[in-house]
Amino acid sequence: MHKYSTQELMIIAAARQINDGERIFVGMRLPITAYGVARLTHAPNAVGLFESGVARYEPAEDMLYTMCDGPNQFGAAWTTGLIQIMGLLSGGRVHAGFIGGAEIDRFANINTSYIGDFENPTTKLPGSGGAPDIAAMAERLIVIINHQKHRLVEKVDFITSPGHLTGGDARKKAGLPGGGPSVVITDRAILRPHGPENELHLASVHPGHTVEEVIENTGWDLKTTPDLEETPAPTKEELDALHRIDKEGFWRS
Amino acid sequence: MPDGSSIVLGAALENAIPFAATHELIRQGKRDLNVVAPISDISTDMMIGTGCVAEVTGAWVGNVSGGMGHNFRRATEHGEPNPIKVHDYSNFTIGMAFFAGAYGLPYVPVKSILGSDIIKSNPQIRLAENPFAAEPDPVALIPALKPDVAFLVVQRADRAGNSHIWGSTGLTQEASIASEKIIVLADEIVEPEVIASDPSRVLIPGFGVNAVCHLPAASHPSPLIGRWKRDNAFFHHYHKETRDPDSFQRWVDEWVLDLPDHKAYRTKLGGELEELRIEGEAYSAPANYATD
Repeated sequence: MHKYSTQELMIIAAARQINDGERIFVGMRLPITAYGVARLTHAPNAVGLFESGVARYEPAEDMLYTMCDGPNQFGAAWTTGLIQIMGLLSGGRVHAGFIGGAEIDRFANINTSYIGDFENPTTKLPGSGGAPDIAAMAERLIVIINHQKHRLVEKVDFITSPGHLTGGDARKKAGLPGGGPSVVITDRAILRPHGPENELHLASVHPGHTVEEVIENTGWDLKTTPDLEETPAPTKEELDALHRIDKEGFWRS
Repeated sequence: MPDGSSIVLGAALENAIPFAATHELIRQGKRDLNVVAPISDISTDMMIGTGCVAEVTGAWVGNVSGGMGHNFRRATEHGEPNPIKVHDYSNFTIGMAFFAGAYGLPYVPVKSILGSDIIKSNPQIRLAENPFAAEPDPVALIPALKPDVAFLVVQRADRAGNSHIWGSTGLTQEASIASEKIIVLADEIVEPEVIASDPSRVLIPGFGVNAVCHLPAASHPSPLIGRWKRDNAFFHHYHKETRDPDSFQRWVDEWVLDLPDHKAYRTKLGGELEELRIEGEAYSAPANYATD
């Protein structure tokens, strides 16, 4: 057994969601590291897309603070405009996208806009960026969020980025072409939409965590999938890849 | 630029943000502005904190390094220093709004905002049915946005405003063409032959530009590809120093109001700015435009 941090496990769990040859809307922070791990392990032909107008094969060599930083542009496959890159999404040419959020509900709808009523919010969050576009249009959506009861809620105050809306085939009825959230990765577990209602179910518990603890920290009556498993620990190959990308040990603590 | 104007302060997302223009608008005490951009990092937050802003039209307001923008929160949650109206968009839908504004389309129908409550919070966006589909097929109609003035930072321009930009550009081109006036902040002014030698690198031709300002490091603390690195510490410092209105006032006095112009700002930054200057060389291969 190799030593690893919770953050490292989340990154590796995220990396496993990327298939070889796929075009991925990467985003920043944890997902960009996950993309790098996937490229170095099982997905050497994946392509990373950044909404500011960047497409890359290899992840950037240096630490990025924003997707627009020089190192993300140096050696890129394409530096262009937002419409060209997000147009790939709109055109149905993006396999998966990563997003995070302040709140997610049992149908995987995500809020990054307003806590409370939008006309008189108690907290105004920074807003959507490109997340609604990714949630609407990508073939599948990978969500990363910290697992706390006030974040995983019965119903979000505001749907910034659509998940499965009111469940069932609500997405289709709303006219959404993309498949919606396929997986939610937290620091305790992995949740997946399950059954005809597309409600988020507990699919996998991270090593060192329990089903009871996960349910206790979820804001709705969380059910489990029939094939509930323990998240496989990172392999040596995965951890080596992560340490090659995360040279400064940013994700190790 | 009169009070009440709608303005684009950069539209590349997190690079090439014209902070030099932001500072000057704050110094001139502009009021009731509508700040229109997908993301302009802390530029929007400092405009709000100084009471310049009545409306924000965009997808994201905050501090990309620090998270929340304190002034944005104070204005939207408590009406301080004044209440502001937020017109929510996603990045792609504001892109389509600029695209429509730039090319004379009344609106653009998209799929890319369906299911989001942004359709409720922004009544400008309307739901409709695709008239060409045999089955029910909802679309969202995004009306054209036509700002009054766009400010953009370019790596180099000639005196007529013909400009070269390289690196990712976000919505710079669409937002600029959609705007009534374009003001270019050039890191370097070069001879017209330099720009004309590579017309494929021109994002905005001079005939569409109303003014050119020679302002090195106009995008500080945001990066400019091949010229200036991002000043990450400056963003963190801003986040830490603007947590309450009094400390924000001290920050904006020190970094904007007590300085006469951008030259004084560069002088104040001194060695810190010099450390951000990109000294390395990684030139692209020349492209041959010969005709014979």
